Amino acid sequence: MKIKKNIAVSENGFIFNPSSGESFSANPSGLEILNLLRQGHDKESILNHMGENYQTDSQTLERDLTDFIETARQYHLFEHEDE
Amino acid sequence: MTIAVTGLNAIDSPGPGVAVIRGLLEAESFSCRIIGLSYESLEPGIYMRDLVSKTYSIPYPSSGMDALMERLQYIHQQEKPDLIIPNFDSELYSFIKLAPRLKKMGIHTFLPTLAQFEERHKVNLPAFGEKYGLSVPRSKAVYTANETLSLDREYGWPLVVKGKYYDASLAYNHEQVKAHFNRISAKWGLPIIIQEFVHGTEYNVTGLGDGEGGVVAAVPMRKQYITDKGKAWGGISIDDKKALALNAQFVRETKWRGPYELELMKDKSGNYFLLEINPRIPAWIYLAVGVGQNIPEALARLAMGWPTDPFTHYEVGKMFVRYSWDMIVDLAAFEQISTKGEL
Repeated sequence: MKIKKNIAVSENGFIFNPSSGESFSANPSGLEILNLLRQGHDKESILNHMGENYQTDSQTLERDLTDFIETARQYHLFEHEDE
Repeated sequence: MTIAVTGLNAIDSPGPGVAVIRGLLEAESFSCRIIGLSYESLEPGIYMRDLVSKTYSIPYPSSGMDALMERLQYIHQQEKPDLIIPNFDSELYSFIKLAPRLKKMGIHTFLPTLAQFEERHKVNLPAFGEKYGLSVPRSKAVYTANETLSLDREYGWPLVVKGKYYDASLAYNHEQVKAHFNRISAKWGLPIIIQEFVHGTEYNVTGLGDGEGGVVAAVPMRKQYITDKGKAWGGISIDDKKALALNAQFVRETKWRGPYELELMKDKSGNYFLLEINPRIPAWIYLAVGVGQNIPEALARLAMGWPTDPFTHYEVGKMFVRYSWDMIVDLAAFEQISTKGEL
């Protein structure tokens, strides 16, 4: 589960896929997750990181993270999932 | 150098002329003076005097080649153009046929061959795809609306109803097919092309072939803002390796000579279908200039027989955003082009 190397992510959370020309916006917590994914963190590690920094229960956190990753997958942001 | 350019109709379904002229005037390797060639008195480019030094009206393609040649001879006497860049599909046949005579007058062109022009025609697209190993949607050229009645069983709904030169509409039932058939055929004549609809995202590539199989320039673009006529009003340059590979295959296999635009559809599985080959520069060409590939400049150099290095890169993630602009024009200028045919 690695974000494609050519995906551009601005510090404001604006995401650009140069292969498809698609662009998306992530909110601050989404941007944080994206950056962790880009650094090579796995789902478990991201859950731990977010749990330490946000006041929420682990079930909600896991559900939201799964949703986010699934959305990113649909947008073809991960390596080896299209093209 | 004096360059004559058509397609000055910078309207909601724009001709490429004004964008081509901007590229030519920004050329780093030569300076030039632009002569506009217009069909209608209200083509906006006629009145853009900072871009176009002088405009001459020319006869519609339906008037025949002799009328066009006669007018070009007059323009040649007045302006001595070194080069003509025609920008409409519908005028290309005449210019391709006249190219040897124009060359003798000292007017250069860089156009596809007649065989290339005919072969890539929408009517011939299925055979073209088969010959060159390119995936194209299934389609059929029809001359009566009744011929379309069974095609939905073959292609499914919706069907794409296309004019032989321009225009395309989606039809979701037979009534709509008939309505589009009548409207488009009244404007552009027969045949009408009925094409299978491919679900997906549309991409375009503009490029320039050297006529020997080499790609001189190629820039892929994704439309971001599309008008109700299906024209790009905003778009972004992209780095799509598959689209570029398909582009290279097209140029290599056909030995395409001149500028072109490929209209591609990428389906959900990432497969590309070639929807159309436009044998001319597209209206969004200024994006290519803006990302580092001045295709009008390279085209002019090839036409003049000057050495022209292929472009090797372009900026990805640059956008064009089109806008409309109201010019204030004296009635005398309109009168001049309407009555004298030159301004």
